[in-house]
Amino acid sequence: MVESLIQNMEQTNDGGLAQVRHVVLVLSGKGGVGKSTITTELALAFRHAGKKVGILDVDLCGPSIPRMLSIGRPDVHQCDAGWVPVYADAQKSLALMSIGFLLEDPDEAVVWRGPKKSAMIGQFVSDVAWGELDVLLVDTPPGTSDEHLAVLENLKKHRVDGAILVTTPQAVSTGDVRREITFCKKTGVRVLGIVENMSGFVCPHCSECSNIFSKGGGEDLAKLTGSVFLGSVPLDPLLSSSIEEGKDFMQSFPNSATFSAINSISQALLSSLQND
Amino acid sequence: MADVPDNAPEHCPGTTSEQAGKSSSCEGCPNQKVCASGATKAPDPAIAEIGAKLSTVKHKILVLSGKGGVGKSTFSAHLAHALASDSTKEVALLDVDICGPSIPRIMGLEGEQVHQSGSGWSPVYVDDNLAVMSIGFLLSSPDDAVIWRGPKKNGMIKQFLRDVDWGDLDYLIVDTPPGTSDEHLSIVQYLSATHVDGAVIITTPQEVSLQDVRKEIRFCQKVKLPIIGVVENMSGFVCPSCKNTSQIFPPTTGGAERMCADLNLPLLGKVPLDPRIARSCDEGKSFLNEVPDSPSAEVYQNIVQSIKDYCSNRVTEEQSTT
Repeated sequence: MVESLIQNMEQTNDGGLAQVRHVVLVLSGKGGVGKSTITTELALAFRHAGKKVGILDVDLCGPSIPRMLSIGRPDVHQCDAGWVPVYADAQKSLALMSIGFLLEDPDEAVVWRGPKKSAMIGQFVSDVAWGELDVLLVDTPPGTSDEHLAVLENLKKHRVDGAILVTTPQAVSTGDVRREITFCKKTGVRVLGIVENMSGFVCPHCSECSNIFSKGGGEDLAKLTGSVFLGSVPLDPLLSSSIEEGKDFMQSFPNSATFSAINSISQALLSSLQND
Repeated sequence: MADVPDNAPEHCPGTTSEQAGKSSSCEGCPNQKVCASGATKAPDPAIAEIGAKLSTVKHKILVLSGKGGVGKSTFSAHLAHALASDSTKEVALLDVDICGPSIPRIMGLEGEQVHQSGSGWSPVYVDDNLAVMSIGFLLSSPDDAVIWRGPKKNGMIKQFLRDVDWGDLDYLIVDTPPGTSDEHLSIVQYLSATHVDGAVIITTPQEVSLQDVRKEIRFCQKVKLPIIGVVENMSGFVCPSCKNTSQIFPPTTGGAERMCADLNLPLLGKVPLDPRIARSCDEGKSFLNEVPDSPSAEVYQNIVQSIKDYCSNRVTEEQSTT
């Protein structure tokens, strides 16, 4: 009884991350390349693989994850150990905490400068009672600024396994992601790998593949920077609409090429985490 | 909006707020004395300096979006190219995306450096009448990351407006990063002593994008920035081989059209996806010159015309009221 009480207190001190096995950041220097989409699909893939997953959405100005998981705007409750995350399923295998939950009006703009954002993120990262998780994915806004530094400062107390970097194939995007790799080096975050998103589009009418945002940029960037290339995810209207409607793409379209692409990325990531 | 110094505590009320130097979080802050004295509540002298500096700029247009990667920089660059195709107009493009500057590459100016002259920093010229300024010109290598917090980014934006030798301009286009944070507050604040024509809002058709863009529209209303109109980018894709259209980013909630109708905003146009746009941007060329007869280029030209009309109407309106 006393022991469990002490154990409880220790957990509280570690900010609810004590039973989280792996923490992975999802980063990109560029906006709109699919960080939140990749985060969501990886979480769903991990869940299908029988893992317990959490997502922390720290994009204060544009939180997208609640919509992508079809979690509206639930009331967030507190327990002794902190904020209780919201679960996407009855089995409680996919937990989510997003700034979106704390906004009163979904159209309201969060017009905050850096120090206020940093304070909010600090609280966010340390005060969520995640419980037992295999993997916690942290979805971030684009850039290398206040939010990123705040996340790292607060997660460092625990342990960060590393980051996956999302890019689209064009040079305009890989150029920004190249800077993000420097950010990782400077802040001591291991790059677990690069994912190329929006890589080619197969016309559903004639099966002709168009490289709308060019092709191969992610792989080239991985070679150039000596990083692991985790794989590429094609442009897929089925994926876009699943994300829009908050449906589980990984469950609905197990035979699509996009499914196998995401699945193989998630397996590569899991094995790299477990071999650590 | 409040200014927060680099060394301020987390809950700094801002040096210009009523609480400056007095709130509980000010305890122990090295700036507490200065703030409490009231000296910091005077408006930033830079605002007046910027007002004087930019008095020779006829039209100022901001390009905004709450969402990243929707094509703000692509649009800004091509708006600049299109406006500058009239050789009698002087056009400048300012990139205030400090952490992810894409403009140098899109304008074909990668590796260019800024030069110092007697009257300030000289922008980099694409053509005689098209000047560009970006933090990208101040970085020494493509690997350089700008790991800056808000106050430092704000300082850079101030310098871009005050210390760059812009000269006489017909149009100044400002490309912004995604969001509603430091860069956006700063640019609006620093331009408050000048006349800004308005903002062009860029979105893609999906709700995931529109939900962030609605926030940006709220932001514009909060800071009293007029909205010229909304551009829907990546709007459908016509397969080059079978000519069928696919909605790669489906407008599940009616897209920009529905949002504009709901919020009573003009929709300037819908630009279809075209692989040649991304390719031109990577190569630093103007898509409008590369494939002038493509459907996307045509939509772009119409949008640019609407923006020109908006700007000249605003001038006539003002002349009639004064």
